[in-house]
Amino acid sequence: MTGPDLDPTLLRLLGTGEPEIDCDACFAQLDRYVELELAGAPADALVPGLRAHLVGCPACAEEHESLRALLELDSVS
Amino acid sequence: MAPPDTNPDVSALAAAPELEEWHLDLHASGARRDEAVARLHGLLLRAARFEVFRRRDSLPQISAVELDDLAQEAADDAAVSVLRRLGDFRGESSFRTWAYKFALLEAAVKVRRRAWREREVTLEPERWEDFAHAGPEPGDDAENAALFEVVRDGIRTALTPRQRLVLVAVVLEGVPIDVLAERLGSNRNALYKMLHDARRRLRAHVEASGLLEEA
Repeated sequence: MTGPDLDPTLLRLLGTGEPEIDCDACFAQLDRYVELELAGAPADALVPGLRAHLVGCPACAEEHESLRALLELDSVS
Repeated sequence: MAPPDTNPDVSALAAAPELEEWHLDLHASGARRDEAVARLHGLLLRAARFEVFRRRDSLPQISAVELDDLAQEAADDAAVSVLRRLGDFRGESSFRTWAYKFALLEAAVKVRRRAWREREVTLEPERWEDFAHAGPEPGDDAENAALFEVVRDGIRTALTPRQRLVLVAVVLEGVPIDVLAERLGSNRNALYKMLHDARRRLRAHVEASGLLEEA
């Protein structure tokens, strides 16, 4: 069995097993990553390890969602 | 298929250059700096309010006035952080986006801590036994059921008490990592590293069983 087939609780317990950056590095790169995402650029390739961190860290994932949502709101207002 | 864009133009997302230049006055002095600091605070307050009101369902007992106080505190703290770390801004995003993330972080942490202020967080690693029922859902297949057994064994035997505590609290109890860090006298990054190490050990334990392929 591989990661994508795992029960969600098992995935949260075991993580993705992929290389990932830590919370401090995620915060340092988050602004660049979100702008790349919104520009349709390959953010995951340009900021390696950040997506895997968001899968494993609920707090950083919330802040990523919020920054993205706020910038999307700015772009229409 | 078109090749991936490896030289993205993100300028459409950034404010026009003339609108962004105001942040350079944060390095100035006197009235110019005061004006730039006031503008920065307005930006941060907007982001903090956005975050606090976005998460207001986790604070049902808090009035709108108290929520706004929380946003004001978050904006104040974020302004201190931004001004202290101005030298870290390297222009890899717009200044606005860079500053926003400080306010969103401060606001999110304040909301999580407020939501958990009255809630107990059990810091006993053996609390794991209370979660021994954590297992497959009715729709899960036999393979996942077998994995749960191996994971339970791994949590008992492959982790240190501290790793077990952090894994159980964050993953199974849903304690926000900032809340746990505050109660353990630690910080988010240190606890996340511990969580990451716990997951790596647990994954190695499960992979050794042959039920999970190596990532």
